Amino acid sequence: MKIKLIDMLSEAGLPVIEATSFVSPKWVPQMADHAEVMKGIQKFPGISYPVLTPNFKGFQAAVAAGAKEVAVFGAASELFSKKNINCSIDESVQRFDEILKAARAASIPVRGYVSCVLGCPYEGKISPAKVAEVAKKMYSVGCYEISLGDTIGVGTPGTMKDMLSAVMHEVPVAALAVHCHDTYGQALANTLMALQMGVSVVDSSVAGLGGCPYAHGASGNLATEDLVYMLAGLGVHTGVNLQKLLEAGAFICQALNRRTSSKVAQATCKL
Amino acid sequence: MGNVPSAVKHCLSYQQLLREHLWIGDSVAGAFEPAQESSQPSGLPEYVKIVEVGPRDGLQNEKIIVPTDIKIEFINQLSQTGLPVIEVTSFVSSRWIPQMADHTEVMKGIRQYPGIRYPVLTPNLQGFHRAVAAGATEISVFGAASEPFSKKNINCAIEESMEKFEEVVKSARHMNIPTRGYVSCALGCPYEGNITPQKVTEVSKRLYGMGCYEISLGDTIGVGTPGSMKRMLESVMKEIPPRALAVHCHDTYGQALANILTALQMGINVVDSAVSGLGGCPYAKGASGNVATEDLIYMLNGLGVKTGVNLYKVMEAGDFICKAVNKTTNSKVAQASFNA
Repeated sequence: MKIKLIDMLSEAGLPVIEATSFVSPKWVPQMADHAEVMKGIQKFPGISYPVLTPNFKGFQAAVAAGAKEVAVFGAASELFSKKNINCSIDESVQRFDEILKAARAASIPVRGYVSCVLGCPYEGKISPAKVAEVAKKMYSVGCYEISLGDTIGVGTPGTMKDMLSAVMHEVPVAALAVHCHDTYGQALANTLMALQMGVSVVDSSVAGLGGCPYAHGASGNLATEDLVYMLAGLGVHTGVNLQKLLEAGAFICQALNRRTSSKVAQATCKL
Repeated sequence: MGNVPSAVKHCLSYQQLLREHLWIGDSVAGAFEPAQESSQPSGLPEYVKIVEVGPRDGLQNEKIIVPTDIKIEFINQLSQTGLPVIEVTSFVSSRWIPQMADHTEVMKGIRQYPGIRYPVLTPNLQGFHRAVAAGATEISVFGAASEPFSKKNINCAIEESMEKFEEVVKSARHMNIPTRGYVSCALGCPYEGNITPQKVTEVSKRLYGMGCYEISLGDTIGVGTPGSMKRMLESVMKEIPPRALAVHCHDTYGQALANILTALQMGINVVDSAVSGLGGCPYAKGASGNVATEDLIYMLNGLGVKTGVNLYKVMEAGDFICKAVNKTTNSKVAQASFNA
């Protein structure tokens, strides 16, 4: 079903589809089948299928399974970094450096994620300067793009603006992406603010898949359908076929026996 | 993203962060209204007046008929949150809108706090007289920017409806009762599809010219996006000053907050919303309706825009009414907060 979902997303015209994570199944059981998924999906020409690689071992396994792009996950919060990946921010950047060197040798691009850019469940407020510092570090070790994540969805357009202003002093806007969670309903407004500031890469999840481990019952990712709807209305080109995207969303929701978190899907679905 | 315990909700720093965003500010019944045109360095207004339409627009679109005493309690709870304007009910025939059949009892039954305004809908002169007899001191009339919508919704063409409203607004003026004008389908119509900004401007201008003090521009089916919002407002603002305008965004396609942000950036500082995002959409089965007041306040608090409203109290009122209509809240903030 994971393979079918990814294939359906490929048919919808999405240019980048994050396929899986080469993390130990002890930590993330859902991703235990990473190698099979990676080998099983249809790789459409022109579409990238990056995978998460938290460490060198994961990177090697990913390459063996056919990955042509990888992603590494840092954080703008020391506490979050320690709790989430078991090491300090500096230590994590050192680990990434290892991966990046090997990736460069194999001509594999690496995307860098920075979590908690607008707030942290442990530390609370996160300063824009800290986010800029971590983003700069990851960019300088060779990540081609930095995705700035509002991990717990607490951000609002004002904090998004302040954070981006700081980061854009250190990393060119063309290399930035935003990854907004919709836990407090702010994702689309925050994304709009980012677009107004020149960001042109946005992360989202079909059907708004994924909840929030920090707020039981709350929603997680921004729904791709709702994002595409807004961009289409704004006349911004995405290359995505909304109808096919809705089909992929309906498929995975049925498979998971859950209701979609996408408002567009809810509105167009005749119950 | 790793095996993280969900007990973080108890973490003091997270609570502190949420407090800053949720802002348990002092609720000011009879909220102050600082200079209308003042704006922050960010270009956003310093203060936004929130018009709470839950009891009317919200409940009107809920299937379960809410008992009168529950409606009254709901409105009384809202009155204690700091919301400056609460739309109470609609003096429309119960044949059309059964949910609003108890309009007179509700109007007479609620506690009218000083400084808070309690407008009611009055589609015609008959409704207006009933509203006044029941104690209303502010009214609203509902026009549309689409001919087919006007005919289907209020049974007459736009021009005809304007003539009826003129009658109502004239009578209201004689009694020193302010009238708010609504324009439906400002960003799209379920029957006509695209609506031109020029048409919206024409209808808005008509309502403003006959004496409505404020025009609420409604994205009735929630199809608008920041681009269409901008184009529509640019057109309307050529004829009507921004301080006399409000936006009423439905969240049917998840666009409401993005559209509202756009409106604020353009100088609008009055926003309609409904606690818990009450009310579905009669044109898209299963879809959501009004933007949730809680989510709106969360965004405004985060932007440093004053509202005078206590978010926690609004969430409590939302929790109350959701239990009464037996539905889960449409507010993401409430979902995240009550379950955390």
